[in-house]
Order: sequence, then C-alpha cells, then structure tokens
Amino acid sequence: MSLVYCGACSHAPGITGRAERADTQARQALHGALYRMGDEIRAMRPDVLVVVAAEHFANFFMNNMPAFAMGMADSYEGPIEDEAFLKIKRTRVPGNKALSKKLIEGVMQTVDVAYAEEWKFDHGISVPLHFLTPDYDLPVVPANINCQGPPLAPLKRAWAFGEALRAAADAVPERIALVATGGISHWPATPDSGKINEAWDREFLARWAANDRDALLSYTDAETYRDGGQGGFEMRTFIAAAAAAKGAKGRIDFCEPIPIFAVSCTVARMELGV
Amino acid sequence: MSLYQVQKLIYQLNRDPRTRERYAGERESVLAEYELTSEERRALTEPDIGLLYVLGVNGQLLMHFAALHKIEWNAYLESMREGLKKHGPVREGVYATTGYEGIEAHDARLKREREKR
Repeated sequence: MSLVYCGACSHAPGITGRAERADTQARQALHGALYRMGDEIRAMRPDVLVVVAAEHFANFFMNNMPAFAMGMADSYEGPIEDEAFLKIKRTRVPGNKALSKKLIEGVMQTVDVAYAEEWKFDHGISVPLHFLTPDYDLPVVPANINCQGPPLAPLKRAWAFGEALRAAADAVPERIALVATGGISHWPATPDSGKINEAWDREFLARWAANDRDALLSYTDAETYRDGGQGGFEMRTFIAAAAAAKGAKGRIDFCEPIPIFAVSCTVARMELGV
Repeated sequence: MSLYQVQKLIYQLNRDPRTRERYAGERESVLAEYELTSEERRALTEPDIGLLYVLGVNGQLLMHFAALHKIEWNAYLESMREGLKKHGPVREGVYATTGYEGIEAHDARLKREREKR
C-alpha cells in the first residue's frame, strides 16, 4: 500500500500538564482539533502510526546520540514523565516489531537510521497519542530526530529522512499513517517559557503548507535559534513530514499561540489524495 | 567543565526508576559515580535549580529534575529567574534566556489582538 495519512501537530507538555491554566475556549478548540486529527487518521484504517518526534532525553543522550532513530518493538512504555506533571497515566502502547523492521530496512536504503528495541515515550509522543489514539489501540512506530543535543542533523537530512520514510512506506503492503510532532518557535523550560514568535510560526507553516522544499530548508540554525528559540530546532520533524508527503500540499487546521502551553499550538495535514 | 556529567545524572534520574530509588536512599554513592565539581554537587543536592540552569543544564532535563523534587511549574520558572540574578547569565548550552514579557501580559496582548480582529 502506501502512506495513507501525513500530518503534524504540537506535543508541548503543557497541553495536558497545564491544560486547566489555559483560556477555556483556546484549550477546547485545540483539543477538538487534535481529536479530529485522530478521527481522520482512523478513517484511513492504518495498520500503524509512525510518530516522528523530537524527544527530550527519554532514550537518547549525548553519550551516543543518533541523528535519526526508529523503534523496533512490539510494545513501548510511556510517558516517562512524572504522571502528576504531565497528567497522562503511564501505560504500554502497542508496537509492531515486524513492520518496524521492514520500514527501518527501507529507510536504511538512503538514511543511516539507528534502531531501538527499547523505547520509552516522553511527551513528544505521549501528548499527541493522548488525543489521537486515546485507547492506545493503534500500533505505533516511534521515530526520532535529534533536535536537542547539537550538533543537529542539517535540515536537508531531515528532508532526506522524510523521503526515506515515504519510500519505505510505499514499499510495504500495509497502510501507514505518519504524524510529525514538535513545536515551531518556543523557548521551553526556560524563564521565557510562553514566548512565541507567532509571525515566524505562520511563515514557517505557510512554507510547510506550500510544501516548498527550498523555503523550508533555507533556515540556518543560527536564525532559528534567534527567531524561534532552541525549541525551533524541532522544525526538523515538520520538514520530514513535508518530504514524506512527496509534493502534496498541506492544510493548517489549527494554529493559535497559547502561552501557557508555550507554543503556537498546531494541527496540520498534508492532502495526500489517497 | 563537567556539565555533561551533571546532565547525565539528571538524564538517568529522569528515565530510570532504579536510579531514583538509589538517589533517594544512597545519594552519596550515586553522586560518586559522576565527576562533579563542588559547585555542581551543591546545585544538585540542594537542589539549586537556578544554579543548575545557569550552569547550562538543558531545560528538557531540568524541568523534570524540578518535578522530581515536587517543584511546581511557576516555582520552577521563578527559581531560574532567581538563579540568573544570583549567579549571572547562563554559562553553556542552548537554553539561555532571551527576555519575555511574561505569560499574563502576553495573554492580555493576544486577547486585545483577538478583539480587534
């Protein structure tokens, strides 16, 4: 089969952990958009959901940091965060080791991805899943792009990773859904948490929706750090999703800055025409 | 100098329940496994979140270390601000502060902008 769904959304821990502190209307609108994204994914009857996230030291550290990694197990545990902090109960999430292996072998044709038979989810995956698959009934294949510990893979490699994921998905008979998660501009977990460069975010999303490869890859990390903060490095996941969409254009279903959640909360999808 | 070691200890604490148990029961022996300066050791054991922030600990590690010590979100943010006042600017890493109007003022500004639309 092929890729049957390709989208992107925010994963900020505040979305669940500090939910009650946000403006009620804004929170409900965001949560509604995330639940609708889950409905849209289910409507495509995927066999697995590949979550391309930017993790935050749940599994990978500067002792051995892969630029790209994918999980290869029949189940995963998460979230690792304190349950009271994230307000998501720790659970086991189903995986699909055999299909992971096929996808990883496909990706490896062009990108040297690391694989992991153990993987603990953090908010980068657990917050989206809380809304997208609240019953944890869809097997997940976790994927990670290092957006935390520089040196980071160049944006063009994040693009190549997305292309490799698409080629791998196209080569298996199963139906694959893909969701990239991350923030655009944000200064998370710093005294500036809540700062959001909305104009910069909207410009990035316009480039994403147009699936304009050159425009998406034109950011330097120095510019991103200046305009979008250290959290902006997570744009790599969105870029991988754009590449996986193979020229399809995107639709921004939701984008609103919610300071207590620390990001322009975003829900978007690529129109794959499947 | 040994920011890597500080971060590695926090990484283990955040992800490994066994390390957390040992840290609660036999803290000295856990600390002895890492090459820490006296300043780093003090920052970890007090814990002085502000100093850890200034030393350059990545916020994605630090916020969970704070949660482990039952430090509430606003108190966590305030500790970092106090740390900056007391110990000066962030010395390493990519989690330096850049200045922000604050969530309340930001919320109020967004509300005004929404009303204008």
